[in-house]
This record gives sequence, C-alpha cells and structure tokens, in this order.
Amino acid sequence: MTLSILFYIAAFIAVASAVLVVLNKNAVYSAILLVLCFFSLAMIYLLLEAYFLAVLEVFIYAGAIMVLFLFAIMLLNLEREKALPHFMKFQRALSIMLVAMFFFGVSLIMVDGSGELHQPIIKFSAGSVYALGEALFTKFLLPFEVASLLLLVALIGTVYLAKRKI
Amino acid sequence: MIVPLEHVIALSLALFSIGVLGVLLRRNAITIFMSIELMLNAVNLALVGFSRYYDSVDGQVFVFLVMTLAAAEVAVGLAIIISLYRNRQTVNIDEINLMKN
Repeated sequence: MTLSILFYIAAFIAVASAVLVVLNKNAVYSAILLVLCFFSLAMIYLLLEAYFLAVLEVFIYAGAIMVLFLFAIMLLNLEREKALPHFMKFQRALSIMLVAMFFFGVSLIMVDGSGELHQPIIKFSAGSVYALGEALFTKFLLPFEVASLLLLVALIGTVYLAKRKI
Repeated sequence: MIVPLEHVIALSLALFSIGVLGVLLRRNAITIFMSIELMLNAVNLALVGFSRYYDSVDGQVFVFLVMTLAAAEVAVGLAIIISLYRNRQTVNIDEINLMKN
C-alpha cells in the first residue's frame, strides 16, 4: 500500500517536471528539471523491480546525457526564443489538437480493453542483474554486439563533427 | 505488481504526449532535443511495465538497448547542433530554413 503511494508521488513529480521542461523558457532550468524527471522515473523503475535499469537510468540519463546537454547549453550563447508569429498561432492550435487526439485515443483503447490487464503477477524474477546479463549474453548477443558497433560509429561521427571546419 | 498496469501505461502516455508537445511547440533546438529524450523515456517506462507484467526479461533488454541508442544519439545530435550554431549563430529552428527557399 505504501509502495503504491510512493509510485503515485513519483508519477506526479515526473509529469509535473516534464510539463515544466516543455514550458520553461530558460534551457538550463529545463535541463535541471529533466534531471528531476529522470530521478523520479528511476524511482518508478525501482518500484517495478527493475533494479539494474534504475541504476542505469541514474548513471546514463541523469549523469552522462544531462551533463552533455549542460555542456552544450554553456557552449551556445542562447538568445530568447522567438517564432514567426503568423505561423506559430496555427501550428500551436494544430499540434495541441493532434496531441489531445492521440492522448484520448489511446486512453479510450485502454479503458475499453481493460478486462485482460487487471490480474497482477505476484512473483517476479526478471529484474535482477543476473537475469538481465544472462539474457543479454545468450539470447540477445547479436543486438548487444550491434549496439557496441553503434557506439563506435557515434564516437567517430562526433569526433568528425567537432573538427573546426567540415 | 504494486499498481495496475494501466496506471503505468497512463503515466507513459502522459509523458510521451508532453514530449510530442515540446517537439511541436518549442523553437529552440536544445529544448526540442530534451523533449525527444522525454519521449524515449516514456517508451522505456512502458517497456519496463510490460516486462514486469509478463514476468519476462526481454523488455528490459530492449530498454538497455534504447539507453545505448539514446547516448549515441545525444552525442551526435549535440555535435550537429553545435556545428550548426558555429555556422549560423542561432539554434532557432525557424531561422534554419536552408532547404525551404
């Protein structure tokens, strides 16, 4: 019972900080709020018994990726955001309508077919580092190797892009 | 499972919608990029929820791979944004319209 209350608190923090990330005019504040959102998501992963992924979320997202974002923001001299006004009004209305349609459409599907999803499983054994590592090095060995290749390509591409002139 | 799966999916849906709104409404390339990260995290949350529900480790392996991809994507994307800024002195995507005219 207390655990489900913790889940709802973390969910509220995640949604609130995500809204503030989108609405905030200052990119540095957005980045810090995004870190808060990632921490609450890590807490939700813990509550869903995905322990290794919770640790990875804090390490990779809140640590590595957001530090990279903050470095980029510091390197750029960001001016105040300004849009083409006539274009903006139309696009704002259209995009809000589109996202509302998406949100309520998926909600309807969920409410409609909710009969099958109600019985929770009590036993769970798949969240440990052992289970994840075993799956990663046996069943998913090829995707794992492809991911390492992807990281190598990204490394080379970044070094090339960061050169003085391209 | 401590909460019904619907609540996890609803949270994931809300985060994804907020991310889409951020991509569509904001003009700053860095903020748009952060919204994309938000959407990736929403999908990760849905995968973890289903993995927990079906007692299977496969979803968590997918989340692991998505995190790898997000790290690579951020490195390359931020390098692109910085070299764009070096050439055009702006990250406002309305002013980066080289292919439009």
